[in-house]
Amino acid sequence: MSATETQENSPRFEQPAIKVRGLRTQFGVQVIHDGLDLTVRRGEVIGVVGGSGTGKSVLMRTIIGLQKPAGGEVELLGEPITAGGGEPATRRLRGRFGMMFQDGALFSSQTVAQNIQAPMRERGGIPDDLMVELARLKIQMVGLPPEAGAKYPSELSGGMRKRASLARALALDPQVVFLDEPTAGLDPIGAAAFDDLIRDLQASLKLTVVMVTHDLDSLAAICDRIAVLIDKKIIVDTLAALTRHPHPWIQDYFHGPRARAAFAAGGSEG
Amino acid sequence: MTGDNARFLNIQASGDDSLHVTVSNAWTLDAAIALNDQMRELARMPAASVTLDGAGLTALDSAGAWVLGRTMRAMADRGAAIEVTRMRDDYRALLDKTEIEASGIALSEPGSSALVALLGRTGASVVSSLTIGAELLGFFGLTLVTLGRILVGRARVRWIALLRQVEAVGFDALPIVGLLCFLVGVVLAYMGALQLQRFGASILTVNLVGVSVLREIGVLLTAIIVAGRSGSAFTAQIGTMKVNQEVDAMETLGLSPVDVLVIPRLVALFIALPLLVFFGDMMGLLGGAVISVVYLDLSFGQFLVQLKDAVDFWDFGTGLLKAPVFAYVIALVSCHQGLQVSGSAESVGIRTTASVVQSIFLVIVLDAVFAIFFAEIGI
Repeated sequence: MSATETQENSPRFEQPAIKVRGLRTQFGVQVIHDGLDLTVRRGEVIGVVGGSGTGKSVLMRTIIGLQKPAGGEVELLGEPITAGGGEPATRRLRGRFGMMFQDGALFSSQTVAQNIQAPMRERGGIPDDLMVELARLKIQMVGLPPEAGAKYPSELSGGMRKRASLARALALDPQVVFLDEPTAGLDPIGAAAFDDLIRDLQASLKLTVVMVTHDLDSLAAICDRIAVLIDKKIIVDTLAALTRHPHPWIQDYFHGPRARAAFAAGGSEG
Repeated sequence: MTGDNARFLNIQASGDDSLHVTVSNAWTLDAAIALNDQMRELARMPAASVTLDGAGLTALDSAGAWVLGRTMRAMADRGAAIEVTRMRDDYRALLDKTEIEASGIALSEPGSSALVALLGRTGASVVSSLTIGAELLGFFGLTLVTLGRILVGRARVRWIALLRQVEAVGFDALPIVGLLCFLVGVVLAYMGALQLQRFGASILTVNLVGVSVLREIGVLLTAIIVAGRSGSAFTAQIGTMKVNQEVDAMETLGLSPVDVLVIPRLVALFIALPLLVFFGDMMGLLGGAVISVVYLDLSFGQFLVQLKDAVDFWDFGTGLLKAPVFAYVIALVSCHQGLQVSGSAESVGIRTTASVVQSIFLVIVLDAVFAIFFAEIGI
């Protein structure tokens, strides 16, 4: 109890980036999450895993306020998301978090550069020349060729769309970035480069990253902790601790042949 | 502004040709916006050596790093020796990351003169009109071949899809077609009666309504409603399937999009439009009859007798002859535009607009051609 109090009395930057308490999500009679608790610390990279239908994307959508939970409290960067009324949380927190959607969700009528500039334009006050330059910088940061800026999303490959979407999510240098299956659809080299990029940004910007992923290499290489959605709740721990967890699904997940190969490679690198 | 900027930036000239640049506090997007112009000025300052002191830096994001990195590189390009001191390693790494590969890409298109641009646009639109015409002709051939294959039994008719389309484009359109034709019949009779009364020939209102509704108004109005209502739906439906790669999926399953998507719509419209035109004709005449009864003191029976004298079979026949042709044109244009959709949601919008505009345009042009043709052969 006293630990909770000191946490709440501490300065703003000491607050957790995300705090979820007793979250309950249901669609009709189907309960997805029940009494789910999750705390994400500032500056950590957390990977969310779970079988299909366990509500990984739903959890992410709930945290950023796209989905209204049936019960419980959600706090993002100290702002209550679930509090009803007033301006939606997504608007209050504009620019402080970014989301990369699974299929990109780029605005199809705008070029990649315009997509990246869209949040900057909404923010207002950024000179045009700086906006153009920053868009080019983000394009390069996510590993797209410079000429991709002038292209429309329909002219890009799936992997390039993901990168462009990441660039848009990073447009305003958010504190928290949500990534929905970021490396799915990228070639192994691109995926590794993406992992490096997340690590770089995270180190210099104290970026908090929440990623839904099934890429075991990413989990091993860049995630500080892993959140496993299981039995409508969540189990968060480091990779090493989770591999010893007795739950059968977790055992299967982290001790399958693919997992062993990925973690062996990750271990020898690190 | 400058007072504010002192929190972030302090430039001191030390000795000959060397600058000592101290950056402090949080260099984030806000700082980048505030410092953008000042840093551009700094980039133009002559200096042989620059020392960048980053000891006081408390935060750096990519926007801040960009403005800083941009300036340092510009000065380095002009021959200054850059030395970065007391900068945290992670900030230094981010600063290095902001180096954009030199690429010959211009940030804005070079402008050309207004006249050249106008000529260019004119030429482009002429070429695109011709291309559309040629493609449409090709598509017309394709549908004819497919219909031929169905007739000789080498392709099958999709009855369920066909009936569903007949319901959507025909039956569901009855209320709107009926209402609009009725109202136009009313307006026509009313205006006609007002004018013809002056010659004491108000009975000829019946002739006016009969001939114009049966020959032109009924078929033209119905075709335009259907082009706007069903033509746009065809384009949007097929276009959205194209965006979702459903059309590609169909091809890989060995199904021809023309068989599955185009032919049922085309045949459905071919069946439904003449029926709708007949219904529209009747409603238009009914509108005329209502005005005649109310305004001209004719009985309904007298209206019918006068109508029988006024119109012959071909007034009715020419209207109905045009209907299947219009139906074919509307279905052809809208399905063709739907299949032209590429990529994005915006493309669906553009193609749907084009589909409605082109089909209404073609319907009216063909109507004019028919009018001349029928006059020449004397029916």
